[in-house]
Amino acid sequence: MSAVAEYFKSLTLWELLKGMRLTGRYLFDRKVTVQYPEEKTPQSARFRGLHALRRYPNGEERCIACKLCEAVCPALAITIDSEPRDDGTRRTTAYQIDLTKCIFCGFCEESCPVDSIVETRFFEYHGENRGDLLMTKDKLLAHGDRMEAQIAADRAAEARYR
Amino acid sequence: MIEQIVFYAFAAILIVAATMVITVRNPVHAVLFLVLAFFASAGIWMLLEAEFLAIALVLVYVGAVMVLFLFVVMMLDINIAVLREGFARYVPLALVVAILMVGAIGVTVGPANFGADKVAIPAPHAADYSNSQALGAAIYTDYLFPFEIAAVVLLVAIIAAIALTLRTSRQHKQPKTEMQLRARRADRVRLVKVSGTVEQQD
Amino acid sequence: MHELLNNLLQPYLPEAVITVLTIVIKIAITIVCLLLSVAYLTFAERKVIGFMQVRIGPNRVGPGGWLQPIADVFKLMTKEVLVPANANKVLFLIAPVVALGPALAAWAVIPFGAETVLANINAGLLYILALTSLGVYGIIIAGWASNSKYAFLGAMRSAAQIVAYEIAMGFALVGVLIAAGSLNLNEIIGAQRGLGFFGWFWLPLLPLFVVYFIAGVAETNRAPFDVSEGESEIVAGFHVEYSGMAFALFFLAEYANMIMIAALTSVMFMGGWLSPLEGLPFISGLLSIPVLGTFLGSGIHWLIFKIAFFLLLFLWFRATFPRYRYDQIMRLGWKIFIPITLVWVVVASVLVMIKLPPWFN
Repeated sequence: MSAVAEYFKSLTLWELLKGMRLTGRYLFDRKVTVQYPEEKTPQSARFRGLHALRRYPNGEERCIACKLCEAVCPALAITIDSEPRDDGTRRTTAYQIDLTKCIFCGFCEESCPVDSIVETRFFEYHGENRGDLLMTKDKLLAHGDRMEAQIAADRAAEARYR
Repeated sequence: MIEQIVFYAFAAILIVAATMVITVRNPVHAVLFLVLAFFASAGIWMLLEAEFLAIALVLVYVGAVMVLFLFVVMMLDINIAVLREGFARYVPLALVVAILMVGAIGVTVGPANFGADKVAIPAPHAADYSNSQALGAAIYTDYLFPFEIAAVVLLVAIIAAIALTLRTSRQHKQPKTEMQLRARRADRVRLVKVSGTVEQQD
Repeated sequence: MHELLNNLLQPYLPEAVITVLTIVIKIAITIVCLLLSVAYLTFAERKVIGFMQVRIGPNRVGPGGWLQPIADVFKLMTKEVLVPANANKVLFLIAPVVALGPALAAWAVIPFGAETVLANINAGLLYILALTSLGVYGIIIAGWASNSKYAFLGAMRSAAQIVAYEIAMGFALVGVLIAAGSLNLNEIIGAQRGLGFFGWFWLPLLPLFVVYFIAGVAETNRAPFDVSEGESEIVAGFHVEYSGMAFALFFLAEYANMIMIAALTSVMFMGGWLSPLEGLPFISGLLSIPVLGTFLGSGIHWLIFKIAFFLLLFLWFRATFPRYRYDQIMRLGWKIFIPITLVWVVVASVLVMIKLPPWFN
């Protein structure tokens, strides 16, 4: 099209009106907003949320203090201290995850040889005091006890791919 | 009564603002005081039932000219010490100019040809009297030639100003907006259909 | 209303005081209505733009989110007004008031009905032009007094932009002035009476109408002309340093100006409070029906409806168009709008001279 014709076409605001027609159509389109606390999006079994330490069915903690997770953690969020227990097995005396450092990459879970440290589907946690987001061994074990059913179910569902 | 109070209020603001324009150090403050002075004089004109002129003063001077003034003045980085340097040297010349100007103003608006007894107090007009219509009639009949000459002089000034500033240097590399706007999608983008599968290499 | 107050207070107060009291009450009503509409315009903006982006928008505070603006007001009022360390304190605090003042004062001459107008002055159109040109002072002073680079850049952009669009706007109004033969806003509306929707000035002055509205969008620093704020380039432009109520005043001024421009466009080109049916040959019989007739006939509701329509356009523009590049804004103002208005002012004069039948006879 010649420049002059183009100029007069621009004076009719044709392209602007085309744009406005598009946004005008979306005004009446179905909205995609998810009303969060009442509605939730579906979660994958691989969801990586709050961490937990698991136990064996007999109540023995799984963690053997191999420190693979501490080594692999890219954010240096995990700190582990260990000592031999009275029965001769090596166990952790301290297992801390600083959630303010954690990037939820899931490497700790992948590196764990005994499926001890896992990331659960739970993500709606918060901290009100300094230190609330520093997860100690007790807290992590408590998470594991609380959510063991779902953790086990998710691991079973994903077992085929691991 | 009320009119007089309003007049003296505006007059006081006008005088204070005008004094501040030439006394404050900060040029931006000076410009803003000048704006205030324009407002006060617009108010006084309004009292004289010259509402067209009053609003035109606000519209043209406050709304446009002083905005450009502020624009320029805000960009200046004025070093007051440097400005002060030649002060003593220029005082005699400045005094001569100042005295001449005060004298000229005094002669023109002095008591000889200005004052309550020299200029009659304008008679109040009827409510439907349109100031703008009267002004338009005067400009386009009695004062047509002076008006047109003033317009031509201003036009010449505009053209001169543009001619002086519109010199693009050889290093000027700014893209031409018109060219950019004329670009269509077809000139820049070619949509290609690619089949999703990769041919198997044996 | 004056008579009502006069009858009530006659024994207690002198005549002059009652007159002043009436005027003050009228001003108060106008401003309260205006501020309420501003509050709900922000709500409407968030809703409409949300809907155009396939979201819902605010819906938590109160039923359907209707108390959101009230909550916003409380939030802004309880926040601290910070003054930057090296800012010019006086000018920094005056600037929001300077921005808001003209935005409110301009409403004095807007006619809401044949008799309902605060000040029915002869030079109403000029008064409007003068006041809309003053709004930029708040922005410039704020930008300079903040002593911040971003604020200053925003102020400079705004100053240059407003001077450019002021001229186009002025010429568009000159066209209206030629067509109506009066500077009085109510007489301008009166001149559009006669052929309903098609008798209004938007048809003979179509280019001026479009230019005026777009220049109005530019004048209020709304998207796509919001380079003086330009979040993605200069953070928030002239009001980066403002917080709390001082920021709220800028916000108020911007939205009051939007409503103002919408009202002016309705008055100048869309017949103000005139009904679109009044004067149409076949339909005008409808106006004599008891209840429906008052609704379809001229009145303030038509003005409100037209203002709402133009405000919707403001929001629609914001949801649709990306921000202009700065040199293109200047090009549009100086090289497109001003020539168009200049040409059409001449065309309008010719139309008035030949007394073109439906509008100018």
